[in-house]
Amino acid sequence: MPQILVEELSKTYRVAERDPGLGGAVRGLFARRWRTIEALKGVSFSLEQGELLGFIGPNGAGKSTTIKILSGILEPTAGRCEVDGLTPWTSRVRHVARIGVVFGQRTQLWWDLPVIEGFDLLRDIYRVPQADYVRTRDELTALLRIEGLLRQPVRQLSLGQRMRCEIAAAMLHSPPLLFLDEPTIGLDAPSKLAVREFVQRLNRERGVTVILTTHDMHDIEALAQRVIVIGKGAILADGPFTDLREGVLAERRLMADFTGEAPALELPGVRTIARQGRALELAFDPKAIAAADLIARIAADHPLADVRVEEPPIEEVIARFYDLHGAGEG
Amino acid sequence: MAAAAPALLRPYLAVFAGRFLQMLQYRAAAIAGFATQCWWGATKIMIYAAFYATAPQAAGALSLPQVITYTWLAQALLVLAPWNGDPDVALAVRTGAVSFDRVRPVDAYAWRYAAAAAWITARAVPRAALMFALAGVALPLLGLGAWSWQAPADLSAAALFVPSLALAVALSSAFVMLINVCVVATLTDRGINTLMMPLAIIFTGNLLPLQLFPDWARTALFLQPFAGVFDIPFRIYFGQLAGASAALGLALQLGWTAVLAAAGWLWLQRVMRRLQVQGG
Repeated sequence: MPQILVEELSKTYRVAERDPGLGGAVRGLFARRWRTIEALKGVSFSLEQGELLGFIGPNGAGKSTTIKILSGILEPTAGRCEVDGLTPWTSRVRHVARIGVVFGQRTQLWWDLPVIEGFDLLRDIYRVPQADYVRTRDELTALLRIEGLLRQPVRQLSLGQRMRCEIAAAMLHSPPLLFLDEPTIGLDAPSKLAVREFVQRLNRERGVTVILTTHDMHDIEALAQRVIVIGKGAILADGPFTDLREGVLAERRLMADFTGEAPALELPGVRTIARQGRALELAFDPKAIAAADLIARIAADHPLADVRVEEPPIEEVIARFYDLHGAGEG
Repeated sequence: MAAAAPALLRPYLAVFAGRFLQMLQYRAAAIAGFATQCWWGATKIMIYAAFYATAPQAAGALSLPQVITYTWLAQALLVLAPWNGDPDVALAVRTGAVSFDRVRPVDAYAWRYAAAAAWITARAVPRAALMFALAGVALPLLGLGAWSWQAPADLSAAALFVPSLALAVALSSAFVMLINVCVVATLTDRGINTLMMPLAIIFTGNLLPLQLFPDWARTALFLQPFAGVFDIPFRIYFGQLAGASAALGLALQLGWTAVLAAAGWLWLQRVMRRLQVQGG
């Protein structure tokens, strides 16, 4: 039986609307106009213990709404959801005792208290026995390299330092399931790497199931074995990232530097992306022409200085995917 | 210490202790509050003195020394007046951190109630201690005993004042929780705080002792919920409520606390169910 089972989950809410200007404001005082927004329209998936799932999608697509329903914060309008046999919004207290949650844009530590006191408070909230708490806390602080920060008030930490503390805070009660909602948002490169490395170890070494949302495709590339793409409240794709790439943008890129000026090439199944000075960038379909053949044909006529074959950048793949499905923000 | 507490209560005791220690950090706020409360207290006492000098019949309800003591007590315990919500709640609503209230394995109402009680107590203790040192100790030593904070009527009044004061904190916390839930429901603390300010100042007896109101209003004023914050404990302090009437006072405090807490709990359940967390 899967650890998480989601069936036909949907969530709608109403937002008040009014016309601009004074007239609209006055009318709004007497008659509110409401617009119904469908944040989720029948989302279904399941997840096994120990999986690492990445949720991606444009802003407003429904990623965070899904996470908030799964973590018991929001109640859906319709649909079924079970996490380890519990329905999050009906068995909220029992459910949330077994999950860890990190929101990249919010903090659960107390702003004015030293980090360690926030941790102690979480120990009591989750009723963790003292010996277990000390062991887990020391492991987490060592792994996330935050020993030096524990006595500082949270408000004096940098964003990267704070996020590492937030992640430790979410794991103090050793939950088997961790939700990360945009954990790397706004972080610098070393902090992002530290967060990714830690999440990977949690998942691989301790079998913690992780559900992650992000806009940083490198998070997805580094972490997620499985990706769900969500757009306008519906699931557009669900599978390994490589499958997504194949389906959307199977092309490869050939970067060639020539000893002389780069030639203009006309080859079947090959498209020129850029030609400048001695450098040429081509896109080709590996099914139509193998990389080795393409290089051989170019080299036969033009002296090559250097050549590299790359996959298109992951951002481009995703942007193309959103375009194909009309999932862009709107 | 926390480990010895019953497991059920552990999170709530922890948040009480945490919030208490956090609030004690704000020394400048305590000193500024104390200075303002001294100023207001002295001003009110001078007004009462002038009033009593020209209208001696007013002393029927409270003598001048009693009304002076009343004023010092009310100034010392001013933060018990439930006229605004816990600023932490307003901040959590603005930043969206209120979602974390849903992912903690605790009763969200009890959790915030414990925090509100600590928020009130931690501000009251240093202010009351300073006020007592000034009005109860320094003034008599300076030969201004007539203007000082005087002792309770007798030992039994003192003994009953302690639970009554504790109930005042419990009642005030229940009021603050109603304000907090309103903040979560309306997403702002402006409206409700503006509305509560005059209600809390007048009906607790902070502006004017409820016993100095006209006779026809007094029964209603005694029975309404705000009276339990200042009026009832202070009447017990002066020995005006003793024996059976003191028991009635305590019962009123306890009853209103239970009613307001139940209302707040139910309201929070409703609000949380239709909570919408935008963005992020």
